[in-house]
Amino acid sequence: MSDVAVRAENLSKLYRIGERDRYFTLRDTIMKFVRRPLARFSDNGNGVSSSGLAESTIWALKDVSFEVKRGEVVGIIGRNGAGKSTLLKILSRITQPTEGEARIYGRVGSLLEVGSGFHPELTGRENIYLNGAILGMKKAEIDRKFDEIVAFAEVEKFIDTPIKHFSSGMYMRLAFAVAAHLEPEILFVDEVLAVGDVAFQRRCLGRMGDLAHEGRTVLFVSHNMTPIVQLCTHVIWLNTGKVVEKGDPRKVSSDYLRDSRVPLGEAVFDPSVGSRGATLLRGYVADEDLSVRPDIPYSKPFCIVFEYGVEGSINGLRVGVRLYNERNQAVLHTATSDGSSTNGTVGQAGKHRARVKIPGAWLAPGRYHAEVGLWSPLVGHHVHVMNALSFDIIAGTVESVGEEVLRPLLPWIVE
Amino acid sequence: MNLRDESFSSPAILIRPISGWVALNLRDLWEYRELLYFLVWRDLKVRYKQTVLGVAWVVIQPVFITLVFSVFFGRLVGVPSDGIPYPVFAFCGLLPWQLFAYAVTNASNSLVANDRLITKVYFPRLVIPLSAVLSGLVDFIFAFAVLLAMMAYYGIFPTLALWTLPGFLLMAMASAVGVGLWLSAFNVEYRDVRYTLPFITQLWFFISPVAYPTSLVPEKWRFLYGLNPMTGVVEGFRWALLGTSQSPGAWLGVSVVVTIALLIGGLYYFRRMEKNFADVV
Repeated sequence: MSDVAVRAENLSKLYRIGERDRYFTLRDTIMKFVRRPLARFSDNGNGVSSSGLAESTIWALKDVSFEVKRGEVVGIIGRNGAGKSTLLKILSRITQPTEGEARIYGRVGSLLEVGSGFHPELTGRENIYLNGAILGMKKAEIDRKFDEIVAFAEVEKFIDTPIKHFSSGMYMRLAFAVAAHLEPEILFVDEVLAVGDVAFQRRCLGRMGDLAHEGRTVLFVSHNMTPIVQLCTHVIWLNTGKVVEKGDPRKVSSDYLRDSRVPLGEAVFDPSVGSRGATLLRGYVADEDLSVRPDIPYSKPFCIVFEYGVEGSINGLRVGVRLYNERNQAVLHTATSDGSSTNGTVGQAGKHRARVKIPGAWLAPGRYHAEVGLWSPLVGHHVHVMNALSFDIIAGTVESVGEEVLRPLLPWIVE
Repeated sequence: MNLRDESFSSPAILIRPISGWVALNLRDLWEYRELLYFLVWRDLKVRYKQTVLGVAWVVIQPVFITLVFSVFFGRLVGVPSDGIPYPVFAFCGLLPWQLFAYAVTNASNSLVANDRLITKVYFPRLVIPLSAVLSGLVDFIFAFAVLLAMMAYYGIFPTLALWTLPGFLLMAMASAVGVGLWLSAFNVEYRDVRYTLPFITQLWFFISPVAYPTSLVPEKWRFLYGLNPMTGVVEGFRWALLGTSQSPGAWLGVSVVVTIALLIGGLYYFRRMEKNFADVV
């Protein structure tokens, strides 16, 4: 039994809907108190007092059980709202479970965001100490690792500059450098690596690999399947608060990607998606060499590809794609009918692969999802899938504040 | 095998739902004393950044308030001041009062102001309001130096009662922590606190003997008046530093009891509410 690092039994977490978003004012509570006698009275009348509770609450996590042995690296995957972060928050003792229990054997370090408590007015040096203390390091420990942290972050020259003057890349490097020198026995990491440039991400992953080799236990959340397969010994797939599958990283991650509920980078559609002779088969996001990938570097052009089948032939069929950003703003719309050259082949009988190339250095870094439609004048929509695919554009050489829709690389002239 | 077990000798952490009243677990707080230190340090480093006058603000505020009080209350209204020059009398009362008011305001807003930390990192939540209160102490020290200068100017020297001063200072801090804990936990759920705070501190100022002496309050009401812990603190400061003729009466005992009750009640209430902070803040 001594080789267990984390054991979770039936962990469940109930949230009131909207609890994360709003707070109560005293007036609300007083009003509730005033109404309570009336509410009770009316409940007695029709006897449905419990249904109100069921409607306004949600199980962010339900009966999640698993065991992690020492030295294992466990990846937690799942779409947004699957309960991944809630699970890490419970294990990190930030919030408590509604039901169930977990036991953790060892010193815990958790990294749910990088740069917790960073203050823009303080210098790099000061923030290292502050952040280190917040993450649970002792001052003596930070003293000892200070030079290493600064070297890892590559900010030697600016270490005594207030970090409000740092570029976002420097900020991220410094923040991760502190966290990377935390030496717990068990480490929980939320999806903090989704930011920063590719080289930086690679270094972060390398550091996590080192931790694993040192025999530390790591639990981490990721949307990106590449590190999951590379680093993990086990994977847990969560969906709507429940464990869907756990075990071998390769198998679980490929099952996850194939699952049409989770179309990140690639989606296979049920043949029933479609009507009157047109069916959508598969969709994916790929780089220029047409290999599938859910994360596209900002500067690189990429392709959105949809494979579909046509029985008989359909006059005037067109394939349309609309991209939305994280704020659900429609960013662009494009269709095969835009260019006349494809019109002939789109509606012919057989299987087709419709591919549209999106230029690099154009869309702002962030997550996008694609809506796809197969449409013809006579029928209207044969196929219409709102959240067909999603993918990430990863910041590279540019900085993005995350507010803009486009982040084009434009020629500047200064005279 | 044994060797390996030793290297992982930390005790198991048990995570399970807890409801109702919980133990204070002050040992956990002690473990995180360095974090407390760093949070106070951050507050001090940041507070007067990008201001022209910087830490001078700490002195300017009470000096100007004292000036205005001296003109209006001391000269025009003629408020008695127990035989002490009114400016020293008022300034000496303002010192602990400002410490208290600042600490209560700062502590009450502290949890909401640090919501990012609360939702992302584990540590004993008590650290946050405590650091907010402690960072006010430095302001107090600067203002205290001004008081000493004023006393020297007016030729007032403290009596033997001076040794009780740390006790009254502790009492001011303890009552600020007590009130701060209640209000900060309350503020997480009910943001009304933010809007009522200026109002509360203003009212509290007038029911504390800062601008006037307790001797103005009729004898029969003194007990009730002592329910305000700041009564004991402010009069205690004057007694310890300025040597006002009469030593604090029985109402000081009332103030002490109220302070302890506020503090212990605040600690337990805070611990009880703590588990929901990350979900609600």
